Amino acid sequence: MEHIVIIGNGISGVTAARHIRKLSDKKITIISAETDYFFSRTALMYVYMGHMKFEHTQPYENWFWKKNRIELVKDYVTQVDPENKRLVLTEGKTMDFDKLIIATGSKPNKFGWKGQDLKGVQGLYSKQDLDQLEADAPNKDACNRAVIVGGGLIGIELAEMLRSREIPVTFLVREESFWNGVLPKGESQMINEHIKEHHIDLKLGTNLVEILPDENGRAKAVVTDKGETIACNLVGLTAGVTPNIDFLKDSGIALGRGVKVDRFLETNIKGIYAIGDCAEQHEPIGNRRPIEAVWYTGRMMGEALAQTICGKPRKYSPGHWFNSAKFLDIEYQTYGWVFSERTKKEHESHFHWRHPSEKICITVAYDKDSKKFLGINTFGIRMRHEIFDRWLTEERNVDYVMQYLKDANFDPEFYSHYEEQIISKYNSVMQTSLSVKKKSWKRIFSKA
Amino acid sequence: MKAIKNLGLIIFLIGLAIFTAIPVLGTFRLDQGTFDEIVKEKNIKSDGFIQSINENVVGKDFKGMLSLSPVVSSAIDAANSQHRKNKEYNKVIYTSGHDMAALVGKKSGTGFIAQNKGLMWFFTFGLGIIGALMFILPNVILLGKKGIKNNGIYHESATNRGWIAWMVFIFLVSFYLVLYFRPEFAVNWTFLVDPISESLSGNPAGHWFVYGFMYCVVMTVMAVRMYIKYRHNMYQVVRTTSVLFFQIVFAFLIPEIMVRLQMPYYDFKNAFPLDYDFFFQWNLKELLNSGGIGLFILVWGIVLTLVIVPVMVYFFGKRWYCSWVCGCGGLAETLGDPYRQHSSKSLFSWKVERWLIHGVLLFAIVMTGMTLYSFFTESSTIFGIKTQSVQNTYSLLIGAIFAGVIGTGFYPIFGNRVWCRFGCPLAAYLGFVQRFKSRFRITTNGGQCISCGNCSTYCEQGIDVRAYAQKGENIVRSSCVGCGICSAVCPRGVLKLENGPEEGRINPTEVLLGNDVDLMELVNKK
Repeated sequence: MEHIVIIGNGISGVTAARHIRKLSDKKITIISAETDYFFSRTALMYVYMGHMKFEHTQPYENWFWKKNRIELVKDYVTQVDPENKRLVLTEGKTMDFDKLIIATGSKPNKFGWKGQDLKGVQGLYSKQDLDQLEADAPNKDACNRAVIVGGGLIGIELAEMLRSREIPVTFLVREESFWNGVLPKGESQMINEHIKEHHIDLKLGTNLVEILPDENGRAKAVVTDKGETIACNLVGLTAGVTPNIDFLKDSGIALGRGVKVDRFLETNIKGIYAIGDCAEQHEPIGNRRPIEAVWYTGRMMGEALAQTICGKPRKYSPGHWFNSAKFLDIEYQTYGWVFSERTKKEHESHFHWRHPSEKICITVAYDKDSKKFLGINTFGIRMRHEIFDRWLTEERNVDYVMQYLKDANFDPEFYSHYEEQIISKYNSVMQTSLSVKKKSWKRIFSKA
Repeated sequence: MKAIKNLGLIIFLIGLAIFTAIPVLGTFRLDQGTFDEIVKEKNIKSDGFIQSINENVVGKDFKGMLSLSPVVSSAIDAANSQHRKNKEYNKVIYTSGHDMAALVGKKSGTGFIAQNKGLMWFFTFGLGIIGALMFILPNVILLGKKGIKNNGIYHESATNRGWIAWMVFIFLVSFYLVLYFRPEFAVNWTFLVDPISESLSGNPAGHWFVYGFMYCVVMTVMAVRMYIKYRHNMYQVVRTTSVLFFQIVFAFLIPEIMVRLQMPYYDFKNAFPLDYDFFFQWNLKELLNSGGIGLFILVWGIVLTLVIVPVMVYFFGKRWYCSWVCGCGGLAETLGDPYRQHSSKSLFSWKVERWLIHGVLLFAIVMTGMTLYSFFTESSTIFGIKTQSVQNTYSLLIGAIFAGVIGTGFYPIFGNRVWCRFGCPLAAYLGFVQRFKSRFRITTNGGQCISCGNCSTYCEQGIDVRAYAQKGENIVRSSCVGCGICSAVCPRGVLKLENGPEEGRINPTEVLLGNDVDLMELVNKK
């Protein structure tokens, strides 16, 4: 029986394992040193905030793995020996494989800051990071200020977590506006305002210079490039992530920033694959980045690879881009491509609408010349994935999307609707006279 | 703000402490005239009992129910055993000692509580309401910007099965045990709400009136909490208003007013088989003897169960009843909201749930079948089994212990829908309709689920919502009461309760999760 070994029990590795089991009878082993069982990494914040217990982040009950004959090994892979198809674990233990899936995820970026390895300095990625945070910042008495470095999704989550225990937070963001490498300026501006509403001390355009230690080797303050010294007991480093692949250095597996893979997610060595955050495509797919450190893409790669391993070769071919996040109280969804002013190309134009008083806004991207719909960002309004996926496939133009926006609304019942306000602004900006079409179940469920 | 909260908590606890102490306080003095009335009213023929009460109770002061109750009970027991010995069966008293003590207590209460009803109401209900509102209202400011506010739920003793939760558990269970099994200790509570009862039905309050009034008060206060906590979510706001309306108007006011108008006491929204004694002989007889209105109620009750309930479930899902109308659901969604996360999501619990709830439904149907058979044939047994004893068993085990003591008493430990999930026969019936013939579903939004588990954690019915959502499957489950909290707590906008065409309601497993798969090709390969 073929032995499939998966390194890493995150969403990519576990999805691959589940689908391989669905499709075959192969022997499956998952190795992880992080936790006994798969958990949802995206939910770690809710454990600290007291919304859930750690066990609630585990999507499968503990009996699931044995029942599905997926063997779990709690260990750490120190070396991969592709020639002998052998893994070296800790304490000299080894494990042989027929096929290997590398799904080791990421680790927080550290950019060589002075003091970055002090006690009280941490990222937020693993279960161990969560435990560390619980130890170092259990409440506002033990931790009277935290400084977070890096204005991305993990940074704002960490800020929200600490604020849930009323710990004062200073948030250093390199950019002039929050996440404006990704978000268009109207949206980025709205999130800036919302961060401040949550009593987070947001310092834009500010970089970390160094972290100062106290006599016990713990962080006691940070120094910024504005010459400011901020006393704190905790420093969160959340300036993005890098593939977690140090153990592969001398293995002969081709590496870039991540593990280099082809469209079938196979490395340069036959029978060894990489998926999820740690995989790096030779060529970017469409507008995607070569390394996609996103929950959804990890899952999609796991699904695709399982097919390949079970004898139905399938390329990793992701459909239309989508993503979501939550910035404190504001939900964010995106379908298709909406680039920020810093990254967008010449032909991409935006229509932006923001609610006069609530923290709700949308940005629609379209082609300046053909008016083809390119993508949408929504804040505080939920949208129907299937509808946008269909519109993108059908290459609808932006006028069509604006008229049928009600079909795409996914907010709970009795919520206020904003399509009328949106289209009236659209009409005035675009010199059109469109009107909103009523929601139609028939259109929503028609499979085009 | 926090000071106001703390002060509110203290005031609430004082009110609660007085309320809790009242059952064993008070003075009772039965005079001869009142006792003669009782004898006449209850048609008591036991000379032994009358003599015993005349000697031991009438004209004497009793300090607290603890001293009065045993005297009444033992008088009944002694008299009854004497009558049975002498085969004087017509003299045996079938009223239980507890009910008799409650009756005597109600008619003979004197002293501070019975004479200062309004004041005592204020010191119990009044302080409770004021204190609770002072505790709840500051959250408008303290909770900050609107949005989901579940911070600290698993850090707090009250909501994480800590000592406070166990105290609440003990209080609730004791309260229900008194209501169902020791009504004499509720007598002093009835004095507090006598003025309200008299203004509605014209009669003094019984212990079930206390319960009904308290139910409305608790729901109203906790609905205020719901409004504040979920103020960003219109579905929750509208739904909470709906359950509150149906509880206060349909379950509480209308039945009381009907009594005043010489009509039968009836809750028009309480559908059989939740209303398990609707077809009991005494009820049918009462309805048939009440003229036009009685007949109307009889027809309404049958149409409600056979037509209105299933048709509404077809269009809106069982939520229209369970989390928009029902009283049990109403309490669960208000008082029970802080405990919704305690329902077990294990596969094992789901198995237990299916056996138990369908077992209760079967029990209710068999019992009702026997009841109707007995009613029409006028025979009291079927295959040697007494209909009456089956009814009594159901009333005790299901009606009192399961629905009351366990159903509500266990809120802080097993979550707020224990009865609705494991026991309610109406929920089981609605569940069949919802599962097999309904337009309702919880739609999963394509591939947006991140498996975080908030939906499953906060599902009061113990549905592992995430198990469906992470596969891109819609949630179509018989037990779903459509409270809408899974959708509310979802950080990524994945879940939406909706009524739509039946076709495509249960979507195929291989759905859009992000991979660009040719679905037709996939289907053909299978």
